[in-house]
Amino acid sequence: MTTGRVQSEACAREVADVVVIGSGPAGLAAATAIRRSHPGRVLVVERQARAGGIPAQCDHRGFGLRDLHRSYSGPDYSRALAGQALEAGVEIITETTAFIESDGALAITGPAGLRHVEAAHVLLATGARERPRTARLVPGTRPAGVFTTGQLQQFVRRSLPVGSRALVVGAEHVSFSAVLTLREAGVAVRAMVTDLEEAQSLPVANAVLRHLYRVPLMTRTAVVSLEGRRRLQGVTLEDCVTGARLSVEVDTIVFSGGWVPEYGLARSAGVVLDPGSGGPAVDALGRTSRIGWFAAGNLVHPVETADSTAVQAARVGAGMAASLTRTRGPLAPAVPVRVAAPLAWVWPNLVRPGLTSGGDVTLLRTAEFGAQRSVRFSQDGRELGTYRIRHLTPNRSLRVGAAWRNGVSAEGGLVTASLH
Amino acid sequence: MRAETREHLFDVAVIGAGVVGCAVARDIGRRGMSCVLVDRADDVGDATSKANTAILHTGFDAEPGTLESRLVARGHQLLSDYAGEAGVALERIGALVLAWDDDQRAALPGLREKALSNGYGAVAVLDAHEAYRREPFLGPGCLGALAIPDESIIDPWSTTIALATDAVRSGVDLRLETEVVGVTTVAGVHRLETTTGSLAARWVCNVAGLGADRLDNIFGHAEFHVTARRGQLVVFDKMARQLVSSILLPVPTQRSKGVLVAPTVYGNVLLGPTAEDLDDRTDTASTADGVEQLRAAGSRVLPRLLDEEVTSVFAGLRAATEHRDFQIRAYPEERYLCVGGIRSTGLTASMAIAEHVVELLGSAGEDVVRLDDASGATRFPPLGECQVRPYRDAALIATDPEYGRIVCHCELVSAGELRDAFESPVPPRSTGGIRRRTRAMNGRCQGFYCAATVVSALAAARGIDPRHLLGLDGGQS
Ligand SMILES: Cc1cc2nc3c(=O)[nH]c(=O)nc-3n(C[C@H](O)[C@H](O)[C@H](O)COP(=O)(O)OP(=O)(O)OC[C@H]3O[C@@H](n4cnc5c(N)ncnc54)[C@H](O)[C@@H]3O)c2cc1C
Ligand SMILES: Cc1cc2nc3c(=O)[nH]c(=O)nc-3n(C[C@H](O)[C@H](O)[C@H](O)COP(=O)(O)OP(=O)(O)OC[C@H]3O[C@@H](n4cnc5c(N)ncnc54)[C@H](O)[C@@H]3O)c2cc1C
Repeated sequence: MTTGRVQSEACAREVADVVVIGSGPAGLAAATAIRRSHPGRVLVVERQARAGGIPAQCDHRGFGLRDLHRSYSGPDYSRALAGQALEAGVEIITETTAFIESDGALAITGPAGLRHVEAAHVLLATGARERPRTARLVPGTRPAGVFTTGQLQQFVRRSLPVGSRALVVGAEHVSFSAVLTLREAGVAVRAMVTDLEEAQSLPVANAVLRHLYRVPLMTRTAVVSLEGRRRLQGVTLEDCVTGARLSVEVDTIVFSGGWVPEYGLARSAGVVLDPGSGGPAVDALGRTSRIGWFAAGNLVHPVETADSTAVQAARVGAGMAASLTRTRGPLAPAVPVRVAAPLAWVWPNLVRPGLTSGGDVTLLRTAEFGAQRSVRFSQDGRELGTYRIRHLTPNRSLRVGAAWRNGVSAEGGLVTASLH
Repeated sequence: MRAETREHLFDVAVIGAGVVGCAVARDIGRRGMSCVLVDRADDVGDATSKANTAILHTGFDAEPGTLESRLVARGHQLLSDYAGEAGVALERIGALVLAWDDDQRAALPGLREKALSNGYGAVAVLDAHEAYRREPFLGPGCLGALAIPDESIIDPWSTTIALATDAVRSGVDLRLETEVVGVTTVAGVHRLETTTGSLAARWVCNVAGLGADRLDNIFGHAEFHVTARRGQLVVFDKMARQLVSSILLPVPTQRSKGVLVAPTVYGNVLLGPTAEDLDDRTDTASTADGVEQLRAAGSRVLPRLLDEEVTSVFAGLRAATEHRDFQIRAYPEERYLCVGGIRSTGLTASMAIAEHVVELLGSAGEDVVRLDDASGATRFPPLGECQVRPYRDAALIATDPEYGRIVCHCELVSAGELRDAFESPVPPRSTGGIRRRTRAMNGRCQGFYCAATVVSALAAARGIDPRHLLGLDGGQS
């Protein structure tokens, strides 16, 4: 497959105490936390032209309440986080892409050249992307006019045309963001469709959609085919219950949400992934299976809002800073945590017994709606902790406490999280 | 309309700029004949040649004694050499024909005999143990395999573009968005009526793929009828590449070569194709049934493949006919050549078909001896994973930082490569054209990050309104 290292002699090196890959809210918040308690070189590498990750592209408000305690627009939020990092002494280099050489070494490339990276710690904060139409296996033709929300927002930012009538697929937070962007671009939104039985964002978003924008929400509805040659002309929808089909004439379709962790770098680096989230398996301190390599942000919990991502990632950063000063021994063995359906994933999903720090939150996702249920953590049939949950909503953050971790035995089998 | 073209008389007009038409035009151009290459699409290789499984066949399983058998074997050699010269990615990874039941296992020695009668001797029958040793991720139940070490994977897009570029460099006049709609022949001169004006040529070479029979009819012949045989394909994420090291083929049946699993030179894994006869020769849509059928076949061969993300689903149309061989005929008195029925091996056979066409022109008394090889093949940008891509070429980036400025993050395509494509002799005119020349937007995110940048850059390079690139200018054709 790939050949070995290229021109290693000619190749420059980049040496740092910590290299953070990705300058989204996770990468920036973690880097700031590390640099604030560690004087060494902390380098953030970002492949895009601007630091800030996804929020840098999101022109609407709704960022920063939990971490910066006020509501910012996406770009302002990104600037605020990058400003904090720089002030703390973090170096950010943009237009620079990290990749893994065939021998497993970390390298970066950019207009300033190809460099091999040597760092005591690496933090993967590469985020998540939306699952595009192709990966959803939606059949039909391959015309222009098929977007993800992120791509749509880039088109609008660059004043590229996006059509006149649109359908939004998905009804989670980001789907409403897609509706806002389409309206701003002067595109009529014909409907929002979801194969689930309800929308998954806030009730107020539903109300705005229905009463203010008059966009119908079609639940239990699947997209079964796209038509049109050069440009999308129509979409065939199917009622998931009756099987009845309906054709809608639109020239634009946005496949929103359906998050996939940006795991390419992690996997190429030999980091073990969690089968639930699809991102690297991590313990409460963000430690992966590869010594010295950490992971945080939407890469490991696809997805949380930007502000809570930043809060969690800052904790990972603080832990990294602490371990930089400690003499490092081999990692304690980790016990994996698995979820039982309809739970989709849990974070953290590795427990290292004896580890006391690492925050007091456990994040979960469910694939089904429900009310008045409880999540139980158990190991080899032994209950570790049970937490009540009032509402279960797919694609929405579910958080419970972390005390269950204290009971995990290093000698025991897998820990299971299940709903009751 | 080009008024001046009425005056010019070309030696040969080649209709169809697929991989075969480009190879033919290049070969004619190098022999000092004047040649025009026309295609109705806005890019070379925009029909069947862009949607195939990208395998450079040895021809081990061809029908012995056919023209196809001979041209596939010769084409394998010619294209392997050309790929080396032009820098087109090619990996000789070999193939395994896998047997999953006793009948299939019993068929392997017969396949070996067939390979021998096709002049290919390097095949070997393997037992199950050896098959699993070579391909540890195979599903359970494989009983044995036939190894064909010279089956290779190649970059199909660069092949066509390289051939077209060399054609243009040797003086061939390439006219895109030009559809041939009729012909009148007066005093030995063919006057082609096209959607961009008329063209005069002494010879016409019909290499029109799915449209070859219709053109043949216009020339007064009716030797074959084309049926579009659709092949749907699923492209898996690069992470799947570690699951497979060679091309995994089923034992072929009478009807088709069957569903294969093969790595691509870009580092993905392909699963397909289906074989469905259609009435509509333009229907390249994928279907739920087709994808389901492929996934079922794939889950047997390589179960873990199905856990990987899908990067893309597409379909190509083979130009099948009622005959079991290529339909290549010369009509010297009419100065007309028909190259039709190039079904499922045309990528491999393309350069050998061109050689054959030139021989036919020679036997018809044309002067085809002079080989204008002064310039050699153009070197093409490295697009394959077996090559050193610009993003990891320290020396190249040091000479021009634009090769380090990554635009497409999934495929690691740089601004320098986009620029080179725009400035090349056969530049991209569509987003598809950029995908095929640079891989930009072909990755796992399908444009989440780069589509807006790439579309803007293309519109600027061509000096056109992006609406045109995005199909928002009204036309659907
Ligand atoms: C359309 C949309 C609207 C949203 N609206 C809101 C909202 O209103 N409020 C809210 O709180 N949240 C919102 N979110 C969610 C929010 O954007 C995410 O929670 C947050 O961005 C996650 O941060 P992150 O750092 O984990 O990942 P990201 O922000 O995705 O950052 C990852 C970064 O890593 C970089 N990267 C990846 N791989 C490499 C590599 N190999 N080399 C170098 N760099 C690399 C990427 O370029 C990217 O900049 C929205 C998301 C979307 C898509
Ligand atoms: C699913 C699939 C898998 C395949 N796998 C392989 C493989 O692994 N290896 C291999 O060697 N081969 C393979 N093939 C076969 C190979 O792709 C074809 O044989 C080859 O591309 C044919 O090239 P062509 O130039 O003859 O036809 P095309 O590429 O179809 O070119 C014909 C051109 O003629 C133009 N045209 C038609 N009518 C007119 C007109 N009236 N005026 C102007 N222009 C016109 C069209 O626009 C088109 O560009 C596969 C094919 C399919 C469909």
